[in-house]
Amino acid sequence: MQAAGVALVVGVMSFLMMQAMPGDMAYRIAAARYGYDLVSADLADAVRRELGLEAGPVVQFLHWMADLARFDLGRSLVSGQPVWDEIAHQMGASLQLAAVALGLSLLIGPPLGIYAGLHAGGLFDRMLLVVAAGFRAVPQFLLGLVLIVVLAVQLRLLPSAGHGSPAHLILPALTLALGLAAASARITRDAMAGVATSPFYAFARAKGLSDGQILRRHGLRNIGAPVVTYLGLQFVLLAEGVVVVETIFGWPGIGHALIHAVFHRDVPMVQGTALVMGLGFVVLNALVDLIARRIDPREVQA
Amino acid sequence: MRRSIATLLLTGALIPQAALADTAALDVAAPFEIKGADPVLSGDIFLKMDVMETLVNADTSGALLPGLADGWTVSADKLVWKFHIRQGMQFHDGSALTAEAAAFALNRSKAKEGILAKAPINAITAEGTDVVITLSEPFAALPAFLAEYRTGILAPSAYAADGSVTAVIGTGAFRVTKLEPPMTLEAQRFDAYWGGAAKVPAVHYTSATRAETRALMAEAGDAELVVNLDPASVTRLQSVAGVAVHSVAMPRVLLLKLNTALPFFDTVEERQALSLAIDRAGLAQAVLRYPAAASQLLPPAVGGWHNADLPPLDHDPEAAKAAFAAAGWLPGADGILEKDGQRFTVELLTYPDRAELPLTAAVLEQLFREVGIAVTINATNSSEIPAKHAAGTLQMALFARNFGLVPDPVGTFMQDYAPGGDWGAMGWENDAFTAAVRKMAAEGGSDAEKSALAATLQAELPVLPIAWYQQTAAVSHSVKGIVIDPYERTYGLKSAEFAELNRLCTP
Repeated sequence: MQAAGVALVVGVMSFLMMQAMPGDMAYRIAAARYGYDLVSADLADAVRRELGLEAGPVVQFLHWMADLARFDLGRSLVSGQPVWDEIAHQMGASLQLAAVALGLSLLIGPPLGIYAGLHAGGLFDRMLLVVAAGFRAVPQFLLGLVLIVVLAVQLRLLPSAGHGSPAHLILPALTLALGLAAASARITRDAMAGVATSPFYAFARAKGLSDGQILRRHGLRNIGAPVVTYLGLQFVLLAEGVVVVETIFGWPGIGHALIHAVFHRDVPMVQGTALVMGLGFVVLNALVDLIARRIDPREVQA
Repeated sequence: MRRSIATLLLTGALIPQAALADTAALDVAAPFEIKGADPVLSGDIFLKMDVMETLVNADTSGALLPGLADGWTVSADKLVWKFHIRQGMQFHDGSALTAEAAAFALNRSKAKEGILAKAPINAITAEGTDVVITLSEPFAALPAFLAEYRTGILAPSAYAADGSVTAVIGTGAFRVTKLEPPMTLEAQRFDAYWGGAAKVPAVHYTSATRAETRALMAEAGDAELVVNLDPASVTRLQSVAGVAVHSVAMPRVLLLKLNTALPFFDTVEERQALSLAIDRAGLAQAVLRYPAAASQLLPPAVGGWHNADLPPLDHDPEAAKAAFAAAGWLPGADGILEKDGQRFTVELLTYPDRAELPLTAAVLEQLFREVGIAVTINATNSSEIPAKHAAGTLQMALFARNFGLVPDPVGTFMQDYAPGGDWGAMGWENDAFTAAVRKMAAEGGSDAEKSALAATLQAELPVLPIAWYQQTAAVSHSVKGIVIDPYERTYGLKSAEFAELNRLCTP
């Protein structure tokens, strides 16, 4: 139900936004297909005829909705390939990047946050605040370029850009992960600091449990709920980041495809990618809710 | 589980890239995206990567050479051209290159809005070992058109039943092993190549749209050839060890197009005055960062069309003011020129796809303000220029025009200036010029005739040339034989080779 609502809203919004953009669509598509130097009124007319653009935006939209009802996203106006084929290919690349980025951020952020939370107010805690604020504030575009300069150009450890080998994945994933980790470290730190000063934590200590035992038995599950819930929010950051990072690193993903489709007025591609991203949110948020409930079942039992 | 992922990621991070990347391949990075297997869409990439070839070739000066056709003849009435197909050649799938296969590919290109759709062609057929092209009127530029990428020849097996292209099966020195639009093309040496097998075993193409990324790829050694550098990167890469920066003047020109039907630009004197207001040398140096001021429309590299005898376009704001005053344009209270109650205010249309265009527009706005012209810059879609031209509402437009789309600029001249295409002169007509260009397109022309046309454009200034572009590329010292072609047809990959034998051992 929620998914259908999102599909409708995303479809209508992306369509309206594309219509509101300046420039004649047929000219833009002709430029995308044949290059700027070859665009002419004749070529634009040929494109307009071929794609049936004279019919007007309302007819096009109704066509798209009718296709969608048959689970058909249509064909790209530029390449002529089925939108679904293009998205499937690009989505794989984006999911790979997003998954590795999320994994890396979880390896970096929460452990640092837990340590800082357990030593709240200490030097490490204060330093983490500064560093995390820094990484959140730096645009991913700049962070990506700095990582390329340091790790690829200076140290020659990793390829600077491109796609193909596992090594190509690391720099873009790290760029995304550092931003995400900066945020999740702060969330974890606050949750941990709260738990560490709670009465049940003091009681566990009084029972004579070691620090490690207390953390495992009473700490992790309690900070799990806010951290996992926050993961849901991170998907928004991740989706934003993917669009920027894919462009810098030449990663053939859905964010990159969306930018180019917008640029070229490839309406079916824009609608298709926006739809897939929108539905992705619905699915991921549902998953996050399920996980959060498993970690903290109180709400369900109540 | 978490630990095993961590181990995997860390080992991945610590392996030097040389151990993972295919070091035997020559890597090329360029901004152009692969839009699909169809030569009409992405043939420029297939041609430059030496996977696909055309009937006619051209060298770096634009001179035509035999390609898949080893010779051609034209009938006495200049209406029937015969291109003889080189014999004993095969496509990458092992099938033979025949005149039928070539004619099929050309017919399809023509139907798909390829360059051939712009030529006066009645029919393309195969007769024995010849491709026969029948024209409706004489057209001397036909062989040059057959050198353009959209006429690339693919094997019959590359096409689906509906005529769409499903695979890149060409005759070039490399055969495609992986095509992943929009960014990746990988190809291996084709040992049966008719021109002799290439020296490098494989070539990889990566599309990296951002100029910063491409420059860093060159600096990090991830690509042996990186093309289309931005001015800032050129300056930086010049001091990087292991990389050489090359640049050649190319037939792409930064132009200011004027609607000569408007009262601002309807006389030659006004257009010349406007031209005098432009500091081309300063602009080229500050924005493009190389001395590329255009002294006339086409650069010296475009043989015949560059007229060395023409006096260069000067910068003289005082003379510009005087000329406008002589034409009746006098400064009003706020310094803006006025004539018959009309203020000299115009809209300058440009587009941000090329980073230098909005910058150049901003400089022009200042330069024009100095002589009393108020310019409003509208940086929008490039398509607005041809669209507003067609609608007659364009006032002034700044853009980059390529005169080397086909190795003979007469093709572009015919479109733009005889009497006026969507990118060329607007509201300007010169019957003698139009007749000369049409005659040249039909019958060919001498260098003297081409120079005369250049002189007409310089005298009447229907468009104001600003600067000539340069093709810039960063080439690794580890390769030799790379070609920087002003006509953008080749990278020279089929003859390139790695310079160091121990390259495989070094990271």
